Amino acid sequence: MQVFLGKFVLLLFMTLHVILFGRLADIAGSSVFVNAVADTDTLIKALHKTYPALAESKYVIAVDKHVITSNTLLNEGSVIALLPPFSGG
Amino acid sequence: MNEVNSYERYHRQIILPGFGEEGQQKLLRAKVFVVGAGGLGCPVLQYLTAAGVGTIGIADDDLVALNNLHRQVLYSVNDIGRSKAERAAEILRQLNPEITIISYNTRITTQNALTLFELFDMIIDGTDNFAARYLINDACVLLKRPLVYGAISQFEGQVSVFKNENDDDVNYRDIFPDPPKEDEVPNCAEAGVLGVLPGIVGTMMANETIKMFIGLGASLANQLLTYNALTNQVFQFSLSARKESRSRVPETRSEFLNTDYEWLCSSWGTNEEIDAETFNGLIEKGNVDVIDVREPHELPGANEFPNIKIPLAQLISNHGVIRSDSVVTFCQTGSRSLQAAKILKNIFGENKKIYSLRGGILEWKSRVK
Repeated sequence: MQVFLGKFVLLLFMTLHVILFGRLADIAGSSVFVNAVADTDTLIKALHKTYPALAESKYVIAVDKHVITSNTLLNEGSVIALLPPFSGG
Repeated sequence: MNEVNSYERYHRQIILPGFGEEGQQKLLRAKVFVVGAGGLGCPVLQYLTAAGVGTIGIADDDLVALNNLHRQVLYSVNDIGRSKAERAAEILRQLNPEITIISYNTRITTQNALTLFELFDMIIDGTDNFAARYLINDACVLLKRPLVYGAISQFEGQVSVFKNENDDDVNYRDIFPDPPKEDEVPNCAEAGVLGVLPGIVGTMMANETIKMFIGLGASLANQLLTYNALTNQVFQFSLSARKESRSRVPETRSEFLNTDYEWLCSSWGTNEEIDAETFNGLIEKGNVDVIDVREPHELPGANEFPNIKIPLAQLISNHGVIRSDSVVTFCQTGSRSLQAAKILKNIFGENKKIYSLRGGILEWKSRVK
């Protein structure tokens, strides 16, 4: 039982949670779990491969509620947000 | 002003802890400029007027239309076809005759933005397009005016406050350094918008404005708040200044006046911008003319690579000196050179490859060091 639970927890930590805002959610859904990778550059490359329309979109990346300005190392359980600009008023 | 009446009008907020008569006085002395009297502008204007902000400017060149009424709740069917700025001012004067409301039935452009913004203490961005948003942001950075930002799309909204006091205060370009291309992000007319959404987001903007004037609570400075009307999810993201975004903002009034924001947001653009590394590669390869489109007096000089000096205004008449198959334009920060590249693209069409050095000579020098 303990072994099973341990595996379950391990699996949970091996994924990253990506939340998508605005029209990006139309491309990939508003929330996706992906296999853990080391940093945001690798993550974005993988996302663009799975969802090519994302590569055509403009957005900024936030890691654990901080908007990042360069490649950022990801921790176990990091939550990554992709935020597009809105023009409406 | 009738002080007894005034006290009664604002009584329910004056008795709030931290507000008081002193807070009310601060609001009455405040001058706020609201750009756009549409979905976001309406609630912002209504609440600021009701709260007793002493001077409110309203700029909008649009007319009221029937398809505005589901979200622009200041107006009614009798206002259709009338100027939003003028009609909003009339309606708001009825709500609060004790304050000054000035309407500008005009579009904000590089020609009028600086002069108008200087008359006010704080600017509110309730516009509906990227050209205006980048123009307003850059003008506020240049003038060090605080800017309250709000934007919406379908069911979601964003709110932030750009204080523009110190150099490390975050502005819009720290979130999104470059405008998206025309077709990259749909607007409300194409994508739709839930009527109550600008009501909620605009009210948050009015709240941030009032809090800032009185010094109440925590502002959204260096924070981006997102709201989703379908899920009720609210997120707050912390923001930090980006070095490269500073170079995107015009440094002087004349550079601002010469920036074509409509065009920066049009579909031709970012693909033709190259970074320092690509630029150096092109120079090494040869067969490239590098054009400095700055005025002759502008510093720093660029002696590290061969270049031809043609100020932007003389580019059309002097383009004959350009002989190579590839051309790179550069200026101080990369905005004038983008315009120059567009001009050259119109002249040479597909006969030459035209590029603009992103971030200008300032960023290039900082990279090379």
